[in-house]
Parts: sequence; C-alpha cells; structure tokens
Amino acid sequence: MLRLVLGRLVQIAVTLVLVSAATWLAMGLMPGDPIDLALMSDPQLTAADAARLRALHGLDQPLRARYLAWAAAVLRGEFGHSRLFAVPAAQVLWPALGSTLVLLGWSLLLAAGLGVLLGAWGAVRRGAALAVDGIAILAQSTPTFWLGILLVILFAVQLGWLPAGGTAEAAGAVEAARFLLLPVATLAIVNLAAYARHSMAALQAELGADYIRTARMKGLSERAVLWRHAFPNAAIPVVTVLALDAGGLVSGALVTETIFARPGMGKLIYDAIMGNDYNLALLALLLAALVTMLATLAADIAQRLIDPRLSR
Amino acid sequence: MRLRLGLAVLGALLLGAVAAPWVQAWLGHDPFTPDLFNRFAAPSADHPLGTDDLGRDILLRLLFGARVSLAVAFAVALGATGLGTAIGLLAAWAGGWTEAVLMRLADGLLALPALPLLVVLAAVDTGRLGLPRGEALSDIIRIAAILVAFGWVGVARLARAAALTQLSLDYVAAARVAGASEARVLFRHVLPNIAGPIAVATALSVAGAILAESTLSFLGLGIQPPAPSWGNMLSTAQEMVFSAPLAAVWPGLAILLAVAGCTLVADGVRQRVG
Repeated sequence: MLRLVLGRLVQIAVTLVLVSAATWLAMGLMPGDPIDLALMSDPQLTAADAARLRALHGLDQPLRARYLAWAAAVLRGEFGHSRLFAVPAAQVLWPALGSTLVLLGWSLLLAAGLGVLLGAWGAVRRGAALAVDGIAILAQSTPTFWLGILLVILFAVQLGWLPAGGTAEAAGAVEAARFLLLPVATLAIVNLAAYARHSMAALQAELGADYIRTARMKGLSERAVLWRHAFPNAAIPVVTVLALDAGGLVSGALVTETIFARPGMGKLIYDAIMGNDYNLALLALLLAALVTMLATLAADIAQRLIDPRLSR
Repeated sequence: MRLRLGLAVLGALLLGAVAAPWVQAWLGHDPFTPDLFNRFAAPSADHPLGTDDLGRDILLRLLFGARVSLAVAFAVALGATGLGTAIGLLAAWAGGWTEAVLMRLADGLLALPALPLLVVLAAVDTGRLGLPRGEALSDIIRIAAILVAFGWVGVARLARAAALTQLSLDYVAAARVAGASEARVLFRHVLPNIAGPIAVATALSVAGAILAESTLSFLGLGIQPPAPSWGNMLSTAQEMVFSAPLAAVWPGLAILLAVAGCTLVADGVRQRVG
C-alpha cells in the first residue's frame, strides 16, 4: 500500500511538470500576449513603448527561460496575479475549487446512488436488464451541454420553476439548492450510466454464486440476500468506475459550469484561456489535474481497503 | 443484434451526410447564405425543420454538419487506431523500459481531465506554427489531430493486453522456430488475432471523439462558423432558447445517435469476440 502511494505521488509530480511545460508551450502559441492587449486598449502606445513593456515584463525572453522563472516562483509559493480578475490568482482559485467540489459531490452521490439502484433493478427483475442497458447507453451518449440546454429550456424557460444559471444572491440553503439543482441533475444523469452498467454486471455475476444459494437456503429474504450478501461484493466495480472516471467528472464540470454560468474551476479555466489570462489558466489547470489525480489515488486506496485481494 | 442496430444508425447518418447536396438541390436553398426575412421560420414543406437565427435551413445545416462531424470521427478513428495499435504492439513486444514508459504515459493521460487540456490545445493559434487557419478543412485536421493525441490511449491499452496474451501462446513460438522474422510474427500472426479488441477500442474512441468535437465546437474552439457542425449549431441554439427552443433539439439528437451508434457497435463486437 505504501509503495502504491509513494509510486503514485512521484507519478503525479512528474505528470504535473509535464502538463505545465506542455501548457506553457501551447500558451506561447495562442493568439495575443498581454502587451498586444495593452496596445489595443491604449492607441497612444508606440512600437517602441511596446518593446519596452515587453522587456519590462520579461516577455522578450525565450519561452523556456520564462517557464523556468515561472516554475521557480511557483515552487517558492508565489502564484502571481490574475489578469482577468486583477487580484492574486490564489484568491480566485480556492472559492472556485470549493464551488466545483460542491457540484461534483452532489452529482457523484446522485449518480452513484441512482446508478446502483438501476443496476440492482436490472439484475433482479427478469427482463429489466435490457431496459437498464438501453437507459445506460442513452445516458452515456448524451452530450452534457445538450442535456444542460434541454433542462434549461424545460425548467427555466418553459416552466419557469428554476433559475437558468448563475449563483444564489440571497443566503440560505433553499436558495443555493435552487441554483444547484439543474447543474447537479445534468452531471448526475450523464454519469449514472457507467454505475448502472457496472453494478448490474457485477450483481448478476454475484447472484449466481454459491454463497447466494446458501443465503437463500437459510431462509433470508430476497432483500437481505441482495443488499447484505451480494451488494458488498458487487460494490468494487462501483469504486473502480470512480477511480477511472475522476477526469471525466472534471471535464463534465467544465461544460456544466459554462452552461449554467457557475463560477467553478471548469468555467475559470475556460474563461481564463479565452481572456488571455494565462497565469490563472495554467494554475487552475494544474490544480484541476492535481485534484483529479488525488481523487483517483483515493479511489484506488478505497478499492484495496474493500477488497484485500487487490493488495497482493 | 446490437452490432446491426449500431451499424444501421451509423449508416443512416452517413447516408444523410453523403446525400446532403441532393437534398439541397431538392429543397432548393443554400444552407450557407443568410435569409434575414425568414428567421426562425416554423417547420414547413420548404423548411422541414424550420430555419435558424439567420434564416438558414436547419435540416440542410444538420446534414452538412454531419459531413464535418463524421469526417472528424473518421480521421480520429484512423489516427487513434494506427497510433494506438503501433504503441500497444511495441509495448507488448519490447517489454522492459519501453513498455513501462509507454504505459505510464498512457496511464498519465487517462488520469488527467481531458476536456480542460483539449480546450488549451484547441486554443492554440495554428497560424503561429506556419499552418493554414480558419478554413473548414484545416479546422477538421486540427481538431482531429488534437483528439488523436488523447484517443490513442484506449486503443493502446487494449491492444497491448491482447498482444501480450497472443505473444505467450505456442503458435507464436512455433512461428519463431520456423524462422519467421519478428515483424512477420507481429503483423502476420499477432495483429489479425487482436483485431477484435482493437475494433472495440476504436468504436469507443470514435464515440469519445464525436462527443469531444461537438463539445469543443460548442465552446467555440472547434469547427468555426459559418461551417456548420452539430456542436456549433447548438452554441447558437443556446443563445436562442427563448425564440427558438426547438432549434436546440435536433443537433443534440444527431450527436446522441452518432455516439450511441458507436457504443452499440463496440458492445456488439465485444459480444462476438469475447
């Protein structure tokens, strides 16, 4: 276990270095640097001024030198400023991370819960398996942004029950929940397919095992057989899906937050790239990657705790 | 059953994409020219699915959008399968450090949140690399290249696992004893036997590519208007949820069908070979 964790932490560190270098290179190839933007906003600036500004901010240095300087500063704990929000980047990052974790937490809970229930229904009821499979394929194939738009059209535009996006202005849990409902539903529906399919397959396999026959012979109710005996063994694939798809969840959050205008990590990354706020974009991207990889590691550890066979 | 259903769905979409110019000739209007006197027209014999915010026929734009989306999907299928199979075979055959490095790279890519990275790559200005920019064809190539960079992983992992099994079998040893070169062993003996898993992985990576392309185009980073793609049609539709809510239904349905078709094909092939 310790070996797994240590090895994985090294891998995470290497990945972060590679991702930051690749992103830095990609950003060097994006249209417009900060000085171009300054030129646009101030027509009085001459070409000589622009060159002086570039030298002042170190933008005349080659990409590699700028990357090394940036990396050294980040390792010292200096995260720099956000151009878009005109505050230190860290001040924008933490609230955004919190908002995204709330969104992901609720949708994950809902997706796993509903997915497992659906999977159990498909495994127990004769003939339900095909329906569950169909629902799962449809949910899996639905583009997240399309589902979001459809929910907005139905519940915000036509029925007018829920806000189309943004965040709660008034305090209170009910108000916050109203703004959270549609984004959480969007992400949960798209993600529940994997849980349904995997838990159904696992439960079907477990229900044919000898110990289930023994449990039934003891006279246990079907409910007890399913949830007390079969389910704990079938729970492993559910955790595996979690471990495998942390990245997919964060990707889904980017789309969902953009559609519903929620100020989370995903929307932050998108806005920062679109707004030439490269420093913030890079930091947000690295933070999202770090959180994703740590979540994957946590799910792997949980998997080994549930199923000791895996540690061998 | 699943394989047939999936192939039928994909075939119908392909047919629509191929037939787009004939449908255009039959309906008799241009899906690329705005007609501002005819904005948000209701479905009629002239415009079977109505018109969009610029008065362009939605059905025709869907069909021409299918050409773009399916072209990207096809390019990704070719690229990801070729690259993934090559890397998977190499890893299984070479073993040792080569395998460790390649597979750690695959694991690393798989563990990362793909979409934020795709957004970064898609925002790169290809003009700075000396490539053409802004045309429909260069957009298709650009997006396909980015998607291949992520899409090879699934194919490589399945190809490696299957190739490892095959390489340990007696017939491979027999071929080597009979004097077959390593290239012949890999390409004439192993490759045909791992075609099933590769086909499954390819279908899944195409499904992922269609979703990713439409998402990038929706975010304004993929196929650029005026060229229609299902993703960028939805991005205009999102701005008009009040005036034309139905315009948001069709492109999404097309994406759903294409992705579900690929998933069904993957399931079907898996049932047959597995």
